[in-house]
Amino acid sequence: MIERPETAVPSIAQRNLEGYVGFANLPNQVYRKSVKRGFEFTLMVVGESGLGKSTLINSLFLTDLYSKDYPGPSQRIKKTVQVEQSKVLIKEGGVQLTLTIVDTPGFGDAVDNSNCWQPVINYIDSKCEDFLNAESRVNRRSMPDNRVHCCLYFIAPSGHGLKPLDIEFMKRLHDKVNVIPLIAKADTLTPEECQLFKKQIMKEIQEHKIKIYEFPDTEDDEDNKLIRKIKEKMPLAVVGSNVVIEVNGKKVRGRQYPWGVAEVENGEHCDFTVLRNMLIRTHMQDLKDVTNNVHYENYRSKKLAAVTCNGVDTSKSKGQLTKSPLAQMEEERREHVMKMKKMEAEMEQVFEMKVKEKKQKLKDSEAELERRHEQMKRNLEAQYKELEEKRRVFEDERANWEAQQRILEQQKLDASKTMEKNKKKGKIF
Amino acid sequence: MSEAVMADAMVSPAVGGPYVEKAGGPVVDFSYVGIDAILEQMRRKAMKQGFELNIMVVGQSGLGKSTLMNTLFKSKVSRKSVLATGQEKIPKTIEIKSISHDIEEKGVRMKLTVIDTPGFGDQINNENCWQPIMKFINDQYEAYLQEEININRKKRIPDSRVHCCIYFIPPTGHCLRPLDVEFMRRLSKVVNIVPVIAKADTLTLEERDFFKKKIREELRANGIDVYPQKEFDEDAEDRMINEKIREMIPFAVVGSDQEYQVNGRRLLGRKTKWGTIEVENIAHCEFAYLRDLLIRSHMQNIKDITSSIHYEMYRVRRLNENNTVVARANGIPEHHLAAHEM
Repeated sequence: MIERPETAVPSIAQRNLEGYVGFANLPNQVYRKSVKRGFEFTLMVVGESGLGKSTLINSLFLTDLYSKDYPGPSQRIKKTVQVEQSKVLIKEGGVQLTLTIVDTPGFGDAVDNSNCWQPVINYIDSKCEDFLNAESRVNRRSMPDNRVHCCLYFIAPSGHGLKPLDIEFMKRLHDKVNVIPLIAKADTLTPEECQLFKKQIMKEIQEHKIKIYEFPDTEDDEDNKLIRKIKEKMPLAVVGSNVVIEVNGKKVRGRQYPWGVAEVENGEHCDFTVLRNMLIRTHMQDLKDVTNNVHYENYRSKKLAAVTCNGVDTSKSKGQLTKSPLAQMEEERREHVMKMKKMEAEMEQVFEMKVKEKKQKLKDSEAELERRHEQMKRNLEAQYKELEEKRRVFEDERANWEAQQRILEQQKLDASKTMEKNKKKGKIF
Repeated sequence: MSEAVMADAMVSPAVGGPYVEKAGGPVVDFSYVGIDAILEQMRRKAMKQGFELNIMVVGQSGLGKSTLMNTLFKSKVSRKSVLATGQEKIPKTIEIKSISHDIEEKGVRMKLTVIDTPGFGDQINNENCWQPIMKFINDQYEAYLQEEININRKKRIPDSRVHCCIYFIPPTGHCLRPLDVEFMRRLSKVVNIVPVIAKADTLTLEERDFFKKKIREELRANGIDVYPQKEFDEDAEDRMINEKIREMIPFAVVGSDQEYQVNGRRLLGRKTKWGTIEVENIAHCEFAYLRDLLIRSHMQNIKDITSSIHYEMYRVRRLNENNTVVARANGIPEHHLAAHEM
């Protein structure tokens, strides 16, 4: 036995087995368990309408997710950017896959496209938040993973370079989700144009420091060669079709033109097979891992840091309060109570002020009323005096009149008396 | 004169020249006045003067506008060929660049001006991206008007008015975008618009037909009148020809300035791994129809409509603004005057 030299760092010594133990069966156990559980994958497709997103999804998964009965978002014209998700359960070889396709109809279609990426960002954040809440719950039995694992961004085949909208969108989303840029409708471009276009796009992506999804290097040399070949072909130029056409006796999926048939699965025609292999056959798990370990962790640390920072969580726009450690809760409660007290004090103040105001008003109106009362009284008195005056005058007049009447009566009496006397005295001649 | 002709005929009866039919019968045509010789005079004059044509191309970057111009006139007339910039950067605002060329074919000279609009529809916010273009078109009308009302005006006013505007629709295959509808609605009132589906090699034949039908429906629904306009058909013959064209609008075109060998012939086309698209083959794309419309059959008509209808509308409006006497107030339909916007 060769003496192993003692190294300063404690290393795990490698030992050879002398018999069959059986833990080589571990992968099978994992396999069986995963198969029973089934897999989940969420794929988001973003791009202007008419770039063949729905067709590509149908081609990738060889089913008609968008069929005539349920027309995809492309057939409906949207006024604002919507985010729609459709869930499909597909089975192959005993393995179940719950596939969620998130579509963004209306993206980039309006005349003014500022902030058309906002609904997309909100959607991705809300899914991460759901997962965070599910993770922080006490009962974590079922944790459905609805986070967006991969975002396919469709670039229009102009042949020149990226549009300002493409650059803005990718810059904002590259640290929230795995972005894989694709050249849509690649049968528009001749091979030379395609090469130039790809080079131009990669140059611009590096210029703007956009981090698209990177294929990880494996230890296997063979695989590395393949991966390097794939990296050279980025961004992938794809053509989608689910229509089967006969070419030279063979049945292939492709697009029939008067000048030939563009085959979807032909590596020389487009990079569809590369995309499919990469997305489904080899790197699906890696996409999920990167989402979990990188993007989700970024989101989580940002979110929790914002909460611990100043007690006021600006991103807490959703109704649900995240459960933070108890100390956090205490502090929050204290904050809350303080806030309530402050509000109460303020309300009292306001109330006082209002009461004062009202009192003042009442006083004013009272004074006003008094004044008017006075005035009215004075008016009345004046009138009264007038009336008195009038009455006196009237009385005087009456007295006069009565006196006159009496005089008249007296005169009359006198006259009658004299007539009597005259009658008596002298018998009329 | 007749004796001389007779002598000619007797000397060389086997001459297969232009007078051979007069050899046997009456030589002098008393009823021939010679009015139809005016066509020959006009032709000679037009050839001496030469023609002017101003075409404007509008569309998002990367739709093949410059390539199509090169293909139409079979020479490098586009902005890119002349200015030869290395990498195309999308400009931040819309620029209007016009390049003029003198081209000649069979003795007929033409001054062709291609007006390019880089930056149209490329920004994130494309509100009012049509305004610089409308301003340019109206400026050209203004320049012509100023020349016209000059006291000492030139014998031939240089015509820089935009005769035709080719609008490139991206081949989405679904329907017109709001930007397309907005632009065409406003510009169909000041200039002849010819919409084309760019990069039509993206669409299969069924998709192409469906797309065209959708576009025609939308144009009708929005009241957009593209060239050839229905209301300017002069007689039944015109209407018949134009109806056929209107059924094919918008033309699905593919442009190319590279030649390839197909079946022993050298043709303009695009070579892909699954076949070669021939630009001038009607079964492949409708470039030939567009070329015939713009150059071979309707060029004069386009210019006439620009000068007699669009320019006149502008002129009426302008002169009314200045409160001067309007020379030709009659003959112009009311709804045209009302429907304008600057």
